[in-house]
Amino acid sequence: MDTSEDILQQASPDLVRGSDTARPAKAARLSPSFVSWLQAGPMMLVFLAFFLIPLVFVVIVSFWDYNEYQLLPAFSGRGYTDTFEGCIAQLPDLCTIAKTYLKTLKLCFLVWAITLFIGFWVAYFLAFHVKSKTWQMGLSLLCTIPFWTSNVIRMIAWIPLLGRNGLVNSGLMKTGLISQPLEWLLFSEFSVVLALVHLFTFFMVVPIFNSMIRIDKSLIEAAYDAGATGLQTLVNVIVPLAKPGIVIGSIFVITIVMGDFITIGVMGGQQIAAAGKIIETRVNALQFPAAAANAVILLVITFLIITMMSRIVDIKKEL
Amino acid sequence: MKEGRPRSFYVLAIFFAAYVLFLYGPMIAIYVLSFQGPQGGLTFPMNGVSTYWLAKLFQGTGIIDLGASFRRSLLLGVIVMAVTVVLSVAAGMAFRRKFRAQSILFYSAIASLIVPSIITSLGISLEFRIIDDLIKAHWNENFETSMGLLTSGLGAHLTWTLPFGLLIMFAIFNRFDPRLEEAARDLGATPWQAFRHVVLPIILPSVIGIGLFGFTLSWDELARSSQAIGAVNTLPLDLQGLTTTVTNPDIYALGTIISAVSFAVITLALGTIHMLNKRQAAKGSDAGKGLV
Repeated sequence: MDTSEDILQQASPDLVRGSDTARPAKAARLSPSFVSWLQAGPMMLVFLAFFLIPLVFVVIVSFWDYNEYQLLPAFSGRGYTDTFEGCIAQLPDLCTIAKTYLKTLKLCFLVWAITLFIGFWVAYFLAFHVKSKTWQMGLSLLCTIPFWTSNVIRMIAWIPLLGRNGLVNSGLMKTGLISQPLEWLLFSEFSVVLALVHLFTFFMVVPIFNSMIRIDKSLIEAAYDAGATGLQTLVNVIVPLAKPGIVIGSIFVITIVMGDFITIGVMGGQQIAAAGKIIETRVNALQFPAAAANAVILLVITFLIITMMSRIVDIKKEL
Repeated sequence: MKEGRPRSFYVLAIFFAAYVLFLYGPMIAIYVLSFQGPQGGLTFPMNGVSTYWLAKLFQGTGIIDLGASFRRSLLLGVIVMAVTVVLSVAAGMAFRRKFRAQSILFYSAIASLIVPSIITSLGISLEFRIIDDLIKAHWNENFETSMGLLTSGLGAHLTWTLPFGLLIMFAIFNRFDPRLEEAARDLGATPWQAFRHVVLPIILPSVIGIGLFGFTLSWDELARSSQAIGAVNTLPLDLQGLTTTVTNPDIYALGTIISAVSFAVITLALGTIHMLNKRQAAKGSDAGKGLV
């Protein structure tokens, strides 16, 4: 593969230079591979400086020592031992970190299941039922616009609806269904899941829609002609062909929820512990190595989930 | 002409409408509530209608120094937008040929999108803290910090906007007919001329889309800013800080103003895209025809 590339690269500058001789000679043409480096280099540098090196620092610092107010650059496993404190001593009871991760995984699973359900049917409607291109575009845009507005605003927007004196409670009280305002509507796991679904279903809709729009409609007709029911077509034709989109959307949603600390903080009334919240709490206490250790753990778990999911479908092949 | 719609159409249409209502309903509620009367509270019913809370924000007598963080967010958003557009278009052009490091850049972008924001944010803050310590130890003892809006903050936002920009460029060039460029080259255009007069006009509507993503993602960015922005706050950070202490509708007023900027930018961008598409179609240049 490399050799054919090299041949192409060696061949093309000559072609370009050949066409150049007809015009007043300028400076020698840059070689194509150098141009590629110039074009892609700046973006690579940004990722290097602000993503790859920071990740390395997270791993390094997770093995440093710390005291009340500063980092101590000496090897120590304290970030990790502090994090897993009591995990063996308290057996068979779960320690704090295990409980927190279980809670995070539970939230993650709920949000994933709900966004997948909503995302799949919204995408299905847009891809198969909306026939005119203009309508398809307009309705997709309608789903996209909230994505371009602030997440915090979309969170606090639930307060007037779900609060103690909010629309839902006062509505239910008026109809006489309840006599006391429901307390679990806001600043609870319920409101966290609701807000996460509200914010991130978009990440499910887009990739699934993209997969569905590429499905050859004649395949579906063929399935009908062969006598498949609507359900059979859905299960045996559409779902398998939409699988890449489903997996990509799932990866998005799961990684977002695993690392989330803002929605869980705001909508949980800062009372619900989660994987991302631990990191934030540790940083606020200036315990950077412990924060970094938690970040490494979160990274490993997220990576494991993604690896498991990409087993289901070969992402490299699908992109 | 039309075939009868299947029943599933109506079921799903209702489902879709419910989803749209779910998306927009709560947002509309707070826009309405930001026009509460001076005595109004955090929830319905409205207690009179006024612009009291909005005006209070602008007078600076309210909860925060709105002007300063507003200008900061705007400045950062515009810079992020410009950098995102330039770097994404450049890298997108690079990906049309094979080059070494191609897959490294691709996987960096995907990873940057997927790795939880809090980890990236923490990493950047650690990186800058260590740089600060080095400067203090070796060069200047009185050095304060290299962290700030346009250093670590800008970097943090770019790790979020650039992957989107790059993916949009992939989508553009998947549909782009390279023969248009070859034709330009055959007619004697330099690579720059071919880009400037052939490629750019065709991809311009999508490039504006990248700018839209760049600005709005930065304008609303929170998770990555949280640890990496330094001592100052952006608007979303101010807003998040208010959620725990708020007792009156100025938080909705602030939300409404932030959204108003988003909507202005969205409208401007979509309007421009629409205008460009129309002009491309009307001017009768056959430049776009090869695409279909």
